[in-house]
Amino acid sequence: MIATRPADTADALEGGFTEAPIQSARAFREILEAMARPGTIRRVQGARPPEPLSVAAGVALLVLTDPTTRLHLAGRADCAEVRDWVAFHIGAPLTRAEEADFAVGTWEALHPVSRFRIGQPDYPDRSATLIVEVDRLVNHGPALTGPGIETATWLNLPETAAFRANRALFPLGFDTLFTAGDRIAGLPRSTRVEAI
Amino acid sequence: MTEHIEAGAYTFAYLDEQTKRMIRRAILKGIAVPGYQVPFASREMPMPYGWGTGGVQVTAACLVPEDRLKVIDQGADDTTNAVSIRRFFQRTAGVATTEATTEATVIQTRHRIPETPLKAGQILVYQVPIPEPLRFLEPRETETRKMHELEEYGLMHVKLYEDIARHGQIATSYAYPVKVEGRYVMDPSPIPRFDNPKLSGNPAIQLFGAGREQRIYALPPWTEVVSLDFDDHPFQTSKAPHDCDLCGAQDSYLDEVITDDQGGRMFVCSDTDFCEGRRAKGHAGRLGGDQKSSKTFANSFEGIWPGTEGAR
Repeated sequence: MIATRPADTADALEGGFTEAPIQSARAFREILEAMARPGTIRRVQGARPPEPLSVAAGVALLVLTDPTTRLHLAGRADCAEVRDWVAFHIGAPLTRAEEADFAVGTWEALHPVSRFRIGQPDYPDRSATLIVEVDRLVNHGPALTGPGIETATWLNLPETAAFRANRALFPLGFDTLFTAGDRIAGLPRSTRVEAI
Repeated sequence: MTEHIEAGAYTFAYLDEQTKRMIRRAILKGIAVPGYQVPFASREMPMPYGWGTGGVQVTAACLVPEDRLKVIDQGADDTTNAVSIRRFFQRTAGVATTEATTEATVIQTRHRIPETPLKAGQILVYQVPIPEPLRFLEPRETETRKMHELEEYGLMHVKLYEDIARHGQIATSYAYPVKVEGRYVMDPSPIPRFDNPKLSGNPAIQLFGAGREQRIYALPPWTEVVSLDFDDHPFQTSKAPHDCDLCGAQDSYLDEVITDDQGGRMFVCSDTDFCEGRRAKGHAGRLGGDQKSSKTFANSFEGIWPGTEGAR
């Protein structure tokens, strides 16, 4: 790929894992715990992606995406710096929302989320994973129940209606990772969400 | 045998990064749809299919350098399969290993759930020979996939009913089918049905890997797992009606061991760590007075215990 702006190309080469096998293993373990225990907030490190991506979103992309996964950059995340960084460190083909295996952006930029793939009735795993950038993550807000949660927990979701509609599709539906700074939380399609 | 392996001879946990990403994506989708079998591109591993290649790949994708790994084969830490897999990860990931269930962070298991209750932060990785619970009722993958899609599990109940008609009770004693969160019927791997209740509401993450069959599935913590049954024939666990002859435990799963050609036999805990732990605390069973540990005893039988995973 020929970079249009050489000055940015240097930046694009930075910010990946320096010791990929170890760093991705530690990061995946945090992501696994986050997804297996919806609502728990974990910390990840090792990536320095360009603005506007958070550290956690960069880590999630490095750990989970590669040339075999179609990636959708939404809103401000779809900028030259991020595209170059993804091209160098990940090599994931960029695509529109409807075809994406992974999508990253703010909740507003990802809307309407009903366009993302929800899997097929015989292959519900063929669905999108959304990496939603939020300002902060706190265990306060809508109540979460379901697999991975002993009784109930709470997480400051950007809204509840979309996640209730997503749960109603189970076993179809998209899965979500929320990222804020170096914090990450998971919300699989199996989680029941209730506004309180 | 001591082995000197150059540092850096293997990438961490053996598998290349792209393979691990593929497995990790499958694990996360498995977590998101509990009980659903996610297809994955299982790799050739340096051990034959049937020896836990699925479990090994899942473990490799989950391990971190700080982990303390325990590997059991039908409850025992010191049988061939367990020893070789433990050594594999010592060599390729440099992780610490343990035989104590309470100290382990990742436990790879062949056909048992440890007696000691698991806790949050632990991951239990099952080696699975045939992941499809409907496979022996319907050999076509296209059909079983459709049956899962339509939640059409009547055939499984017919099978259990035929058990009752023939034997007066549900005779399925291992790989007893379960329903996960009221949706997917799942094969819990060939664990004895004695272990089935431990699947449900478990605080640990449970991951299942079938290498030859190329499937990964998962149970997040606290997932509801119900063993299939009938109102008038409720699910019951079963075990040999004895106490452990070494540690005297009344509530653990037992192996029957033939001790001579005169009809002599003994029953010992299948979970060697559990048995050792009890004996260390001073518990003793019928034959547990001497210093012979269950471990040395089991060793003397290595080689004649069946190790055929696919056999049913």
